[in-house]
Amino acid sequence: MKYMLLIHSAATDQAAACESSFEDWQVYDKAVKEAGILVDAHSLADLTTATTVRVDPSGERAITTDGPFAETREVLGGYYVIDVPDLDVALDWAARCPGARDGGSVVVRPIADFGA
Amino acid sequence: MDGRVAETMTSVEAMFREERGRLLASLVRRFGDLDLAEEVASEAIEAALVHWPVDGVPASPGAWLLTTARRKAVDRLRRDRTYAARLAVLQVEVDRAGPAPPADADGDLPDERLQLFFTCAHPALPAEDRAALTLRCLAGLTTAEVARAFLVPSATMAQRIVRAKRKIRQARIPFRVPGADELPQRLPGVLQVLYSIFTEGYAASSGPDLQRPGLAEEAARLARILRRLLPAEREVAGLLGLMLLVHARRDARTGPDGGLVLLEDQDRGRWDRAMIEEGRGLVLAALTGGPPGPYGVQAAIAALHDEAADVATTDWPQIVALYDVLLALTPSPVVALNRAAAVAMRDGPEAGLALLDELAGEPRLRGHHPYPAARADLLHRLGRFHEAAAAYREALDLAGTEPERAHLRRRLNAIEEAGA
Repeated sequence: MKYMLLIHSAATDQAAACESSFEDWQVYDKAVKEAGILVDAHSLADLTTATTVRVDPSGERAITTDGPFAETREVLGGYYVIDVPDLDVALDWAARCPGARDGGSVVVRPIADFGA
Repeated sequence: MDGRVAETMTSVEAMFREERGRLLASLVRRFGDLDLAEEVASEAIEAALVHWPVDGVPASPGAWLLTTARRKAVDRLRRDRTYAARLAVLQVEVDRAGPAPPADADGDLPDERLQLFFTCAHPALPAEDRAALTLRCLAGLTTAEVARAFLVPSATMAQRIVRAKRKIRQARIPFRVPGADELPQRLPGVLQVLYSIFTEGYAASSGPDLQRPGLAEEAARLARILRRLLPAEREVAGLLGLMLLVHARRDARTGPDGGLVLLEDQDRGRWDRAMIEEGRGLVLAALTGGPPGPYGVQAAIAALHDEAADVATTDWPQIVALYDVLLALTPSPVVALNRAAAVAMRDGPEAGLALLDELAGEPRLRGHHPYPAARADLLHRLGRFHEAAAAYREALDLAGTEPERAHLRRRLNAIEEAGA
């Protein structure tokens, strides 16, 4: 069973704390790989580099970038996709993730399986 | 399904209420799928109703039901290949989890309900769905009965149960008993579900009736099952003890008109002595052999009330001391409110009122009618009638059930007639 762990960081005043835990991330990443459960994982570049595209019914393309309010919200900073037997195991891996600490959170979403 | 068939089905489910939970747990253990388990459990019970009156009740009814249900499941999986393929994957993992436990001493099926308790109370499910699912799967209530228990339309409850089961299936919430290292973290969630069912039965949050004793009894029945499954867990003993010690007063708690009778006015001769004795034994089990837990302490408080001949001779110093312990274990303004009421009995209304006034700003007591009701009572006893009347009015606006409102109205009228 595949689950995506969506890692949300807290507002940017926590950034310093995140940087100091770089080693924690390395340890976690290594643990996920060695457990043989890793399907995919990426960190996302800073939110200020993001661009949003919407297409209205007439086919008009609207491109926006996120405003200055972005810093006050929880921001998706990266994800893991892991393959584990059940939700309890997925929740345990989420709890071990450094992104779940220091005001951050990890949302665990099962990957939809349309074959079942 | 016409009305008569539906009615028969309901009575069958009621008759097999106890068996249904056990059967369901065994089937879930084997198939790893709650929907399939529920479907074939119902079919097996229907078959029992057809065969048993003719052929006689089999020597091992539980084993008969399980065999029949498994046969129905095989039939069902033959018809539905996609479903079968998905279940086959689950089956591998179920097998990997280890062999099924052996039959118990009665030669009947092993009791595998514990894992179902933990699944139904899983923290990944919405809190409001946990109690509903527990009543449906473990107490064996029909969806309509669960709906009535929570005073919501049947269709709404059906949706909630479907939603919860879908999450169990799609997010794959496991059917397993947490390991010894996880148990201290997970057991309180299961106890909380049972306690919430009990309090809804004991002090309905809304509706025409003050109590719904049927619901309180279901909660106690579930707690009894859990006590058998986890005999070493002292908080389970504490919870069951608390339920019995409170439920023992049910007949004295409402008057002939369905109105609320306060503890101080209850006819203690109508308390259920046998239930109190059983509860006291459980308090002992809950409070020996380790540090006390919150349910054990609450049960001990309930026991002190039950043992007293009247309010005047109740051991209030001991009750206050137990509330101190409870407050340290679970700091909460609601506990502090109850402690203040006990202090008022020990040291007089003035002392209690001072403690209540310290709680005035608590957000969790805003909208909680026992708070203004307790203040009103103490103000009344102090002869501060104007303030008491205002507090009674405030409580009256917040109380959820009609008997509680009627009680508060009577108190308020008494003050107003006295010319305050």
